[in-house]
Amino acid sequence: MPDETINLEVFRFRPDEEDEPRYQTYEVPFREDWVVLDALNYVKDQLDGTLSYRWSCRMGVCGSCGMMVNGEPKLTCAAFLRDYHPDPVRIEPLNYFPVIRDLVINMEDFLHKMGEVKAWLIPKEDKPLDEGEHLQTPAQLAHYKQFSMCINCMLCYAACPVYGLNPDFLGPAAIALGQRYNLDSRDGGADERTEVMFSDEGIWECTFVGDCSRVCPKNVDPAGAIQQAKVTHTLEWYQSVLSPWGNKK
Amino acid sequence: MAKSNEPGWWSLFSAGGVVAALFLPITMFLTGIAVPIGWLSAESLRGLVHHPLTRLYLLLLISLPLFHWAHRFRYAAVDLGFKGLGGLLPAVCYGGAILGTVMAVFLLVRL
Amino acid sequence: MTVNSTPKKSKELIRPMPANWWLQKRTYFLFMVRELTCVFVGGYAVFLLILVGRANDAQVFSGLLHSPLSIGLHLIALPMVVYHSITWFNLTPKVMVVWRGEERVSPLLIAGSNYVAWLMISFLVAWIAFKAE
Repeated sequence: MPDETINLEVFRFRPDEEDEPRYQTYEVPFREDWVVLDALNYVKDQLDGTLSYRWSCRMGVCGSCGMMVNGEPKLTCAAFLRDYHPDPVRIEPLNYFPVIRDLVINMEDFLHKMGEVKAWLIPKEDKPLDEGEHLQTPAQLAHYKQFSMCINCMLCYAACPVYGLNPDFLGPAAIALGQRYNLDSRDGGADERTEVMFSDEGIWECTFVGDCSRVCPKNVDPAGAIQQAKVTHTLEWYQSVLSPWGNKK
Repeated sequence: MAKSNEPGWWSLFSAGGVVAALFLPITMFLTGIAVPIGWLSAESLRGLVHHPLTRLYLLLLISLPLFHWAHRFRYAAVDLGFKGLGGLLPAVCYGGAILGTVMAVFLLVRL
Repeated sequence: MTVNSTPKKSKELIRPMPANWWLQKRTYFLFMVRELTCVFVGGYAVFLLILVGRANDAQVFSGLLHSPLSIGLHLIALPMVVYHSITWFNLTPKVMVVWRGEERVSPLLIAGSNYVAWLMISFLVAWIAFKAE
């Protein structure tokens, strides 16, 4: 072990061995260029092979390594040890999700919601391949580009107290992804999505805390997406209330 | 999951938020500082209140901020843990705003 | 060779949300303060209602405005309502998105024009009130 070290206080939960969670402290080398994920990999490789956690690309594009670091949702591949050293680093599973084991959470709810919101392109027109690509201007792309940067890391759900209080809430990423497709000029599926998005458990559960956008590692700004969706629904709602006899899309 | 009817309440909340943000601070300054310290006489303010345009101003400054309170407070109460009330909470909040609006119309008309 | 039995599904850990969740993080606390400014917004609306109700009696009207209770409540409510204004204007660009071709109109411009409108309206209202003297 080199001169400089740092302590990790890691949440452990092993349902096959104990009923209650506990914290385990590991002393790992401190290196200027190490991130929390490097420290966890050191623990797994050198100190304790029983520790379970998710990771993959280690460069902030896959969204696998999200965990609570000192109470903040972070990608552990993007959280540098030097920002915490010499204080210990507390590592816990992402908030507001059930814990399967150690730092691994159950993400079924999020996956289910992406399906509910139909987070895929529903083409406006059935265009056969030999007619070529869907054309899109840079301006049309700009309208939804920010929301397309989502890497499904779920840090926003771990930051959202509304989701914490009510797991039925559709949540920041799912709504932002719904907006991403609603705003895509190639897409014609807005009507299919709005039953789910514009419901009481959808955009209207959100009280604009804004923490989701603050923690997002990709600057997706899901809070902004949700508020824009509220404006869209409100305009539609007034249209339908004030002219019930005409103008059905 | 059906489409919600929240947009009605939310648009009133938003209108109230805009009115409160733009008009409340200066109005509060007038009633809470300018008059007590003598920059403005209560009597001239009272005369101003009777003017038809001021009555409209006051109607907007009473009604819309009440709807702003109603919608925001209804959700904040749930966040703070007052879940067990069910439909009673929105009824009390929006009902209160509607009642306040009706009272404002009545009082402003009979001025 | 032993026959493998179906593995037992382990119990997942649900971590309950504490009742004082909004006190545990600075951003959550500031959010709750922002939300609770609505109490002071609604409260002032009620004050105006009472004031209007007393506007046909010069002494009662003046008495209300000069009362220590009214002054005290105003002094507490005014900073809260100003906090509402500031947080409201700063959030407006997230709700009101204006596109100019490929670019979004700067959020700073949208928020800034709200502040300018706030200033102009405040001057106008004060001017009308003092002119009536």
